Amino acid sequence: MMSARVGLSSVTRRVAFAPIIGRNQIALRTVIPKRGVQIQSLPSSASEEILNAQRLKRPSSPHFTIYQPQLTWLSSIANRATGGALSALLYGFSLAYLVAPGTFDSAHIVEFVAGLPDYVKYTGKIILAAPFTFHFWNGLRHLSWDTGKFLSLKGAYRAGYAVLGATAVSTVALVLM
Amino acid sequence: MQVLAKTARASALRSCMRSFASAALEKPVLNKEFKIYRWNPDEPAKKPTLQSYTIDLNQTGPMVLDALIKIKNEVDPTLTFRRSCREGICGSCAMNIDGQNTLACLCRIDRNPAKNSKIYPLPHMYIVKDLVPDLTLFYKQYKSIKPYLQNDNLPEQGEYLQTQEDRKKLDGLYECILCACCSTSCPSYWWNQDEYLGPATLMQAYRWIADSRDSYGAQRKEQLQNEMSMYRCHTIFNCARTCPKGLNPAEAIAKIKLELAAD
Repeated sequence: MMSARVGLSSVTRRVAFAPIIGRNQIALRTVIPKRGVQIQSLPSSASEEILNAQRLKRPSSPHFTIYQPQLTWLSSIANRATGGALSALLYGFSLAYLVAPGTFDSAHIVEFVAGLPDYVKYTGKIILAAPFTFHFWNGLRHLSWDTGKFLSLKGAYRAGYAVLGATAVSTVALVLM
Repeated sequence: MQVLAKTARASALRSCMRSFASAALEKPVLNKEFKIYRWNPDEPAKKPTLQSYTIDLNQTGPMVLDALIKIKNEVDPTLTFRRSCREGICGSCAMNIDGQNTLACLCRIDRNPAKNSKIYPLPHMYIVKDLVPDLTLFYKQYKSIKPYLQNDNLPEQGEYLQTQEDRKKLDGLYECILCACCSTSCPSYWWNQDEYLGPATLMQAYRWIADSRDSYGAQRKEQLQNEMSMYRCHTIFNCARTCPKGLNPAEAIAKIKLELAAD
């Protein structure tokens, strides 16, 4: 009964039909393995080492590549990206003016832009105006959060859509200027 | 007479059951594909993969957890995930379903058979196996804010009392079940979880700051008064968007910020 449960039935059956010499108890013990699975006895203090060895190899689950695109975190990333780009432009231009005031002064830039074709002018204006207006309006959204307004989920979403609308309108206005 | 009634009832019951059984058989097959994140610690060199399972939705319960249990019972017993209460109060089955963190037991299966359903573990967590993330750090962070009543002035008799208005301040805070959906939806927590406490823990920090019976508010706020513990929150609102209990950690954190600014 027991042997059947642990899967030794075939072994014992074979032994039962084996010649009498084979039934010798000592010989039997050496021939038949007690279990199919080898178990290694370790002190309980070893568990942490095993756990740490496993932890070294475990993966980190995927994050932004699988997360659903939502206005919440996408507008946050956009706020950062536009902020970084606008800062880079400001600092880059200021440093360039310091290094070569002759080439980067207003007169030269006006002259350079005036010589460009119209489509380049409009594209350039959009590229400058859209990040600026988005960052401006979303900055107001952040300031209102910091004063305790629009803190419900609905409020945050409404403010987010308002920022997108205001960005679109003010970008067009700036481009047509 | 009585016997007759009994047999009549029995036959009615039998025909009723037969119609139930035939109805179950007649239901059309509605196959849907589930793609589930798999990783086995016994083969650590193998990269995590998405394994595909197709099951008949008409032979499955309505929730994603029902689908997972069906797959584990009938298709692949090696699939590993946490679950317990199946009614959204234990927080065990938190996972990322179709791109959003939620409890599998509260998330209805999208019955559109044309679209597969992707199931990942909670994002940016170390994986123990398949859909089971390691939440050790998450629980340690929760412990670090001392989530229990601290008050040196024992009431003269009975218990600490508070007004109904003071009790109302705890609504929307105490219901948190610590499923970690919000913390693991937070990009700030993804990048800085070693130092930033994350929305779930911070909301509980506020739950004790806001409690009129607690006298350690100043110390609790002092603990958050540094660059990393709380100020890594950039009011992204992923936490409030994803919370399966409809709570708003972003608002709680904003309130802590307001209180710290007033200090």
